Amino acid sequence: MTITIPIAVEFLIIFPFVMAVLMFCIKKASLLRNIIAGLGGFSIMAMAIWVGVQVLSKAGSTKNTYITNAETYDHIIMGGEILLMCIVIFLSIKYKKYYAILLSLIGTIPVLWMDLTGKAITGKSHLRVDYLSAVMILIVGIVGILICIYACGYMKDYHNHHVEVEDRSNYFLALLFVFIGAMFGLISSDNLGWVYFFWEITSVCSFLLIGYTRTEEAVNNSFRALWMNLLGGCGVGFGLMYCNMQLGIANLSQLTQIIPRTNMLVMIPVTLFAFAALTKSAQFPFSRWLLGAMVAPTPSSALLHSATMVKIGVYMLIRLSPMLAGTFTGIMITVIGGFTFFAASLLAITVSDGKKVLAYSTISNLGLITACAGTGTTEGVWAATMLILFHAVSKSLLFQTVGDIENCMHSRDIEDMHGLIIKLPRLAFIMIIGICGMFMAPFGMLVSKWAALKSFVDSNSVWLVLFLVFGSGSTLFYWAKWLGKICTVIHQSYELEDITPRSEMISLFPLTVMIIVMCFAFPWMSNNMIQPVLNEAFYKKIPNVIGGSDVVIMMIMVAMIFIIPIGSRILSIGKKSKMTMSYVAGVNAGDDRHYIDSFGKSRPLYMSNWYMTEYFGEDKLLAPCIVISAIIVIIMLIIVIGGSI
Amino acid sequence: MAMTFCKVLLYILLAPILGGLMEGIDRVVSARMQGRQGPPLMQPFYDVYKLLAKQTTVVNSIQILFVIAYLIFTVFTGALFFGGGDMLLVFFALSMSEVMMVLAAYSTNGPYSALGANRELLQMMCYEPMILLVAIGFYEAGGSFMVNDLVNVESPAVFKIPGMLIGFLFILTIKFRKSPFDMSTSHHAHQEMVKGLTSDISGSNLALYEIAEWYDEVLMMGIVAMFFITKNPISIVVAIVCCIIFYLMETLIDNIFPRVKYIVMLVSSWVVILVTAGTNLLILSVIN
Repeated sequence: MTITIPIAVEFLIIFPFVMAVLMFCIKKASLLRNIIAGLGGFSIMAMAIWVGVQVLSKAGSTKNTYITNAETYDHIIMGGEILLMCIVIFLSIKYKKYYAILLSLIGTIPVLWMDLTGKAITGKSHLRVDYLSAVMILIVGIVGILICIYACGYMKDYHNHHVEVEDRSNYFLALLFVFIGAMFGLISSDNLGWVYFFWEITSVCSFLLIGYTRTEEAVNNSFRALWMNLLGGCGVGFGLMYCNMQLGIANLSQLTQIIPRTNMLVMIPVTLFAFAALTKSAQFPFSRWLLGAMVAPTPSSALLHSATMVKIGVYMLIRLSPMLAGTFTGIMITVIGGFTFFAASLLAITVSDGKKVLAYSTISNLGLITACAGTGTTEGVWAATMLILFHAVSKSLLFQTVGDIENCMHSRDIEDMHGLIIKLPRLAFIMIIGICGMFMAPFGMLVSKWAALKSFVDSNSVWLVLFLVFGSGSTLFYWAKWLGKICTVIHQSYELEDITPRSEMISLFPLTVMIIVMCFAFPWMSNNMIQPVLNEAFYKKIPNVIGGSDVVIMMIMVAMIFIIPIGSRILSIGKKSKMTMSYVAGVNAGDDRHYIDSFGKSRPLYMSNWYMTEYFGEDKLLAPCIVISAIIVIIMLIIVIGGSI
Repeated sequence: MAMTFCKVLLYILLAPILGGLMEGIDRVVSARMQGRQGPPLMQPFYDVYKLLAKQTTVVNSIQILFVIAYLIFTVFTGALFFGGGDMLLVFFALSMSEVMMVLAAYSTNGPYSALGANRELLQMMCYEPMILLVAIGFYEAGGSFMVNDLVNVESPAVFKIPGMLIGFLFILTIKFRKSPFDMSTSHHAHQEMVKGLTSDISGSNLALYEIAEWYDEVLMMGIVAMFFITKNPISIVVAIVCCIIFYLMETLIDNIFPRVKYIVMLVSSWVVILVTAGTNLLILSVIN
């Protein structure tokens, strides 16, 4: 049997669920489990790469829409929706959070009613694998699977450290694979009903993952994530019903082909989907669920923050992007995105918990992606897609490294990472590359930011430009001070035992290499991955967004970044210099960590970073940000939906 | 191509001489303002020559690496600018070189250096928005991000973006670490934290830092000159005169204002940027 793309895609959607069942059956952490997870995971990854390469290597527009035998699948999906609703109702009653039931019912029942009464339109095709899907499949297949493999080793260590948490790692790993399957389903579905189903799976899955430890905090945070995502789910549900019953559209690709000005009613489902995308991508005012998500073990944070959950929202926005150009919805989405980028980067300055900084930086970067997609320009979509790629890789690497550092040092506070380069050199180097990937000049994120800036300037959105430039300033501040903490060299400090197991290095190492390779390969990526996406999304040939002498200069910069450290090592610069202690006004007490005070006593000396909590603290900034953005969202919904009616 | 190469080569050779002279003038003028005789004009060169001859003591082995990276990236940034490259890329490279210097200070684990590094990061946070806005302002005024195109315009950019110039001159005080914004390190003797950023840098290492600063100063004045340069060769004279005036103005500001608290710097710089550059951008976007 020859493998064709539809079969491969079905494999990608169904096989992770099979893996989930397998993972659930193996109760204890064992070599067997690692081997099965590795084999299954890598076969999914191989298939995802195969699909990605197959689709991307086809020149011209892809017409990979597939009619599958929809009847059986439709029944399965209907059953799945009822199952999800039952899970939510059961857990809500168990933990006495009844509001979640209401949201779940509002979202699911009308859609079920529509399906059962036959009011739903049967579209021509159900699956569609175009260039954007292919890019997303690559991200989920590579980054997502690496996180699953990382999780096998991590969960063993995690339960060694957290004996108070009941070991349900089989359940945890099963959920991760379910998540991957749902992601593949979502990005390759064209049928809106299917999109809705997979959307709900990811919501419920993230809810279950966040609540893994069952502590009070975890339960509260998981329900916060649940209600926010169910609210977004309601948006998708209503948008889907409106498309089916009023517009006679069953597929997402049909919706995005309509030019908005011919029919203003089309903007209603578009706005509802965009609203849902805001909740999934944790934009203000819905950011708090993502901040709460870090109570869960690190692999779930890595998965939610990098390759999957939050990327669904921006994926949806990129799909809708051509519709958003020049519309009121588009303007509102860009304002929310820009505002989120700026506000979250200020908030990131004030926290010292490593995971929390990463969480805020995720929100901030997603804001930038949202803003880019909202402009609806070609450069905007170019930047958004590029940002998704680089963010997925860098962020999953950073989360995993923070998780490993926590396992080694029992702390994930940035202040405790003082002198990490001496204590845990291997992890420190990986982390430095990850952080550089997030903000330093020649690395991908900054290139994308540059394109974003150009697209904002070209689309004449002054507010967005201002948000972006001020946000860049604060982004620089919080990353650079973290980088500085890691690079501090302390005398008479010894290496800690690096207990990172090999299964985790299997994940960390490829991601690190990927960041470096992507730095060099981004012009190629732009031509072969992003440019086709643009051509397809805008139905015309788009001139190259980036190119010429700039690429050469950026390549020189990337090369310099790697040549300077290597060169200085070869030339042994600084080796002949006389070593001394750092300057403490002449009162050093033998090393650079103690000084002699005025009583002649030796006292420890420690320099903390600046957090400026008295100016930008969470207690000061978070509530106003949420209120302001909530008002913007409500205005958007009222004006678009009210205005159209 | 050969032309670009010549310009870059000229920059690499002449910038340290020009930068050193600028610093010498600054010192002499400062001294006269304070009623002192002051050092000779060539004093910065004597200083650096002496520093180069001294034995270098380092706190750790990676410190020198960061300082060298700082110098290389600063030279690279300037070469990019004077070679006629993309303004946004110039500024991204600039912030990278600054981060290298901050990391050099961080790596020492010294209290004065660490405080200086934090303050320097804050200073960067203050001027970073303005620097990006300048690039955008030039784009709105001249229709390109390329320096080569921007110097071949009909009318000087300052007519269209005067707000940007004011904002840029404001953050120039922060960038040059002149009082009242000389927080991370200061050339005044009354700095409360020794030399801050450079406390633990000595000998030839410090000389490299000084040379990098010269390159940086020339680059910054080059950006100021961009506001005035047009197709017309006479505009170059105007630009040079304006640069001299603005540079002396920085010296004057340095001598008459006391150092402020960091939050005053942050708030005032962001407000000034919003009011001058932000309004300017808004007006331009309405006109276009």
